[in-house]
Amino acid sequence: MKAALALAVSVLALPQPQAARPAAAQPPARRAAVPASRPSTAGETIAITNARVLPVSGPAIERGTVLIQSGRIAAVGADVAVPAGARVIDATGKILTPGWLDAGVQTGIVEIPSSAEGTDDEATTDTRVSAAFTVVDSFNGSSTVIPVTRIEGITRQLVTPSSTGNVFVGQAAVMDLSGDQVPDAVTKAPAAMIALMGEGGAAVAGGARATAILRMREMLEDARDYAANRAAFNSSQRREYVRSRLDLEALQPVLKGQEPLVVQAQRASDLLAAIRLAHEFNVRLVLMGAAEAWMVADQLSAAHVPVVIDALTDIPGFDSLGATLENAARLSKAGVSLALASFDTQNSRTLRQQAGNAIAYGLSRDAALEAVTLAPARFWGVADRVGSLEVGKDADVVVWSGDPFELTTGPEHVFIKGREMSPDTRQTELLKRYRTIK
Amino acid sequence: MRAFVLSLLMAATAIAADQQTNPYASTYQPLPSRPTVIRNATILTAAGPVIERGAVLLQNGKVAAVGQTVNAPADAVIIDGSGKWVTPGIIDDHSHLGVYAAPGIESLADGNELTSPNTAEVSAEHAIWPQDPQFDLARAGGVTAMEILPGSGNLFGGRGVTLKNVPSRTADGMKFPGAPYALKIACGENPMRVYGSKGQAPATRMGNVAGYRKAWQSAVEYRDQLKRWRDQGSDPAKKPSRNLQLETLAGVLDGEIRIQNHCYRADEMATMIDISKEFGFKIASFHHAVEAYKIRDLLVANNICASMWADWWGFKLEAYDGIRQNIALVHEAGGCAIVHSDSADGIQRLNQEAAKAMRAGAEAGITLTPADAITWLTINPAKAVGIDKQTGSLEPGKNADVVIWSGNPFSVYTRAEQVFVDGALLYDRNDPSKQHKSDFMIGILPEVRR
Repeated sequence: MKAALALAVSVLALPQPQAARPAAAQPPARRAAVPASRPSTAGETIAITNARVLPVSGPAIERGTVLIQSGRIAAVGADVAVPAGARVIDATGKILTPGWLDAGVQTGIVEIPSSAEGTDDEATTDTRVSAAFTVVDSFNGSSTVIPVTRIEGITRQLVTPSSTGNVFVGQAAVMDLSGDQVPDAVTKAPAAMIALMGEGGAAVAGGARATAILRMREMLEDARDYAANRAAFNSSQRREYVRSRLDLEALQPVLKGQEPLVVQAQRASDLLAAIRLAHEFNVRLVLMGAAEAWMVADQLSAAHVPVVIDALTDIPGFDSLGATLENAARLSKAGVSLALASFDTQNSRTLRQQAGNAIAYGLSRDAALEAVTLAPARFWGVADRVGSLEVGKDADVVVWSGDPFELTTGPEHVFIKGREMSPDTRQTELLKRYRTIK
Repeated sequence: MRAFVLSLLMAATAIAADQQTNPYASTYQPLPSRPTVIRNATILTAAGPVIERGAVLLQNGKVAAVGQTVNAPADAVIIDGSGKWVTPGIIDDHSHLGVYAAPGIESLADGNELTSPNTAEVSAEHAIWPQDPQFDLARAGGVTAMEILPGSGNLFGGRGVTLKNVPSRTADGMKFPGAPYALKIACGENPMRVYGSKGQAPATRMGNVAGYRKAWQSAVEYRDQLKRWRDQGSDPAKKPSRNLQLETLAGVLDGEIRIQNHCYRADEMATMIDISKEFGFKIASFHHAVEAYKIRDLLVANNICASMWADWWGFKLEAYDGIRQNIALVHEAGGCAIVHSDSADGIQRLNQEAAKAMRAGAEAGITLTPADAITWLTINPAKAVGIDKQTGSLEPGKNADVVIWSGNPFSVYTRAEQVFVDGALLYDRNDPSKQHKSDFMIGILPEVRR
């Protein structure tokens, strides 16, 4: 049962109508067991008025209105008619942005990461699974981490697996933080294939960077061969592959360019090696971590490789001697597509602080906002659903008390798929209990 | 009672005498400084209300005057602080810089002597690598002093030491003159995980407490033995053999060495207070203290600080009840609230951690001003580590450990522009010649600007 599910999940489950894939001609028969959610057609009609609206997809609108209907954004602008019966939120003096999209976190698959057995599904020691490993079947929409995160304005996340002991770590998914369970919480699964190069790759491939690359190349070659020879494989007429059928299936969307290959690496030389490998197999590459990305910014820009960084990484390691707080600004200046990520499950909410610091170190405010909304939405193939305030998109909307990047402001209303999220969390409950000591 | 106090005093004097001959004594010398006046700045002194458009005079390494105006000596460097804020240097009372240096590799993992649950005989000062490039990063964040502690894998991790954040070839050259040693002790999950997994004690919280009590009992006996020997004339031939582990613990009993206690849970902090009363020592601060808010009345009653994060929570069960209001609630209760880092990243932005705690407090209806928040970063940690007579606030006679910020330090966009230690300008964001680089960073990627 578990194997069957894993297989089914490995199939691309795109929400876009144009991306519906024909059933595979060859066995094994596959179907999507985890379809992505559809925006609800029910839901309140809400008009948020008089706000400074930052749609990301276009210029700021002073005293603008965002209309939410049926879970989606129905109108955005300075002259939006508010329908009769709509709930009106007067946001005078407030700032309105799309919900933010973090990445590289294990929300919903890890409750407590250390010494809390049974709460941690980010890694597997089952060596028969690598690329096929997935986060979706473990996702718990009732995780206490979810409310803590979403009340700070983060509405979706790329949830990533963390370890299979292999260079291919498995498949990440874009999940919403509405508290819904799978499949309703799924924006896209799989959304990205996670792989390790550099020090991290070496650590799971016998200690050398070159071996990590060799293992990736071997698996991609096998996956390509397998796709062309499924019938022969199934009648045992093909040479042995180094990984299982499940892993080779999971790599097919990557080879077809339908799913990005996310390579986690830091050192400039490793980033260039990743570009070479991606070119060799003609796969869509996203670099994650990338502390020294600024050193190869021109090559990244020329190769149109997007980069996901923690802009606060500045402590030198032997794979990141060039780490600097100016990484984000320099990449942006060089024209590299940039997203920021916390890489911190419990404190995904610090993404705001990170973005604010990136601005302090030279990133423009517009680029910073895009790097936590529309840019990652594009990287993960969900820009048709989220990432900006545009008509037809899911109504992930945040009303901020002031500057969204500042430390002393905060969200006052958070909507996900058009539903206002409760401000209550386990932490606010603890505060209530201990506000006074009796 | 009187005799007891007298004997305590005598013991303290004996240890103080030992420290005069401390082979690891500080060799720190203040760097050259010029009389400096900062004018027209918003000044947070950490010893009173904010001074708008005020001035401060740094002279001979000390704060000479602070107020609306100061008399500038003829040879003073005059800095126009219009639009800028001035604060005491930031003090982090929980850091592992130098003992967990960058790059973070095995060769530099010097923070946890995980070979026995009691390693009170080890000392962070013997592992601090002054070329750790993280000292420079912390200085750019306005940090002028920090307490370097061993890690929390042991019940008794060893001695901690307070440093000035100055470039130096030796650890002794960074040591804060006159600062007492710390003894790092640890509650909870870490020691029981480290030793329980090896099949040895402690494997439970019961084992943790038994381990502390056993050690403190030995320390009491060791101290008494030394006292008897001194009472009987200090005959060199009869001197009890020296025990370095018990010497540190006895130093705590004598009030010479301060307990810095890694402890998350409210109930465990309460147990540690019980133990301190059983054996007669004082806990200076509970570190991490994620549940300090639950027992803030106990902390206040026992005059114990809490060194906290603004928002870390949930990474293990003992951190699961962390709330963003922890710092604000301890402050509101009249406690000694401290923002600490325990992190080479966090130490670079402690002012921002305080800002987050201010917001959290405001959401709970706790009014917190910048003048309140600055105490969490300066005078309160100075008290916890025992250097508050020398530094931690801008008051005449105190060390001129000063930061000039580009604006309100509790804004995310504000950065430390100039950092002074004992009046010497050690960091200037606008002058690359005043941005020290450790030996480690020399000659590698020379184009890197952090």
